[in-house]
Amino acid sequence: MRSLIDIQELSVQEIDELIAVANDIIAHPEDYREKCRYKKLATLFFEPSTRTRLSFEAAMYELGGQVLGFSEAQSSSAAKGESVSDTVRVVSGYADIIAMRHPKEGAPLVASRAASVPVINAGDGGHLHPTQTLTDLLTISREKGRLNNLTIGVCGDLKFGRTVHSLIAAMARYEGVKFALISPAELKLPSYIKKEILQQKGIEYVQTTDLSAVMPDLDILYMTRVQRERFFNEEDYLRLKNSYILTPEKLANAKADLSILHPLPRVNEISTAIDSDPRACYFKQALYGKYIRMALILKLLEVA
Amino acid sequence: MNIDSIRNGIVLDHIKPGKAMEIYRFLGLDALDCSVAIIQKAPSKKQGRKDIIKIDSEMDLDLNILGFIDPEITVNIIKDGELVEKKHLTLPEQIRDVLKCKNPRCITSVEQELPHIFVLTDRKKAVYRCLYCETKAE
Repeated sequence: MRSLIDIQELSVQEIDELIAVANDIIAHPEDYREKCRYKKLATLFFEPSTRTRLSFEAAMYELGGQVLGFSEAQSSSAAKGESVSDTVRVVSGYADIIAMRHPKEGAPLVASRAASVPVINAGDGGHLHPTQTLTDLLTISREKGRLNNLTIGVCGDLKFGRTVHSLIAAMARYEGVKFALISPAELKLPSYIKKEILQQKGIEYVQTTDLSAVMPDLDILYMTRVQRERFFNEEDYLRLKNSYILTPEKLANAKADLSILHPLPRVNEISTAIDSDPRACYFKQALYGKYIRMALILKLLEVA
Repeated sequence: MNIDSIRNGIVLDHIKPGKAMEIYRFLGLDALDCSVAIIQKAPSKKQGRKDIIKIDSEMDLDLNILGFIDPEITVNIIKDGELVEKKHLTLPEQIRDVLKCKNPRCITSVEQELPHIFVLTDRKKAVYRCLYCETKAE
């Protein structure tokens, strides 16, 4: 019985296999409609995340399975003070697999050690969110036809943005990948990630505050939101939230086959005028999130 | 300066100078019903100065914790006045309930009964990180 807590638990080969299964689901959805018949997914969301929860639920329904769960801590036994371990021990008797979102870092790991069914980390505070990273990898792979030899620009909040940290860690395992780190000085990528991942693996990167300077080199532009909840002070948030807004003018010197990704939800960091640009991939990306979660559920349930 | 040698017991040698009292308290040696000698800042060929602790009794030592506090310490086991075993310590892969995670967003901050586990992530720099939230130990 296996869980997925951290994307690093998956080998490059396993990620490639998940992407292959997701691609096959997209090509032949009818082959998968009964794969999880009589199986149940429990979505234990101790903090609201409509998008991620709906994506997991849609994934299970499309595999022919059933879904049960809750979408906020107030409607769960956690409100009465029950521990994560006790909750998942009980739920293990009701479901075949668990997807858990929790505001506290490490809660899904605690759950995976207590549960007798697989646990998927659906986001733990500002820490890890492996299915978002799998979604990003599937999107890049489908848009570019490869995961190696790419120049990836990550833009916005690189300090608190966990999706960016996981994406860098995951993409750093592929050959010929270069990064452009684009952010205001206050939201730069933490130095431990630069040291432990980029420098240690000898990966080429540039760090800049100027998006237009690196735009012509980019194959992928990964935009992120400056999140209010990561700031302790409102003034800093208001000052930085408009730092990087992607507009059609800023794409003037971009490659014709650039792919623009965003984990969503966006606030204003990508102008809606870009939505109709063929290079905008973020809504497709959200759709791919469902398919990669289907592939992951199949893998963890060991359904052939 | 002379300290009586021990018959049956343990000598903790090559302790960093000034650290002996910390180790004495950490291992709870004050609770032992035997002689314990603490020698501070003794001359050492290897490290200039060192502290030594002599425990005149056999006891089970948690070498993991000792290795975490100071991996340079040598543990000498004495039986019938003879040195029978010399143990060299290393940083343990994992330590349990020695440090507490200080990250207020960590699950251990709300679930009091969880063990506080830290994992060695960089042996060269002796970096330990919380198993749950990966926050670096201070």
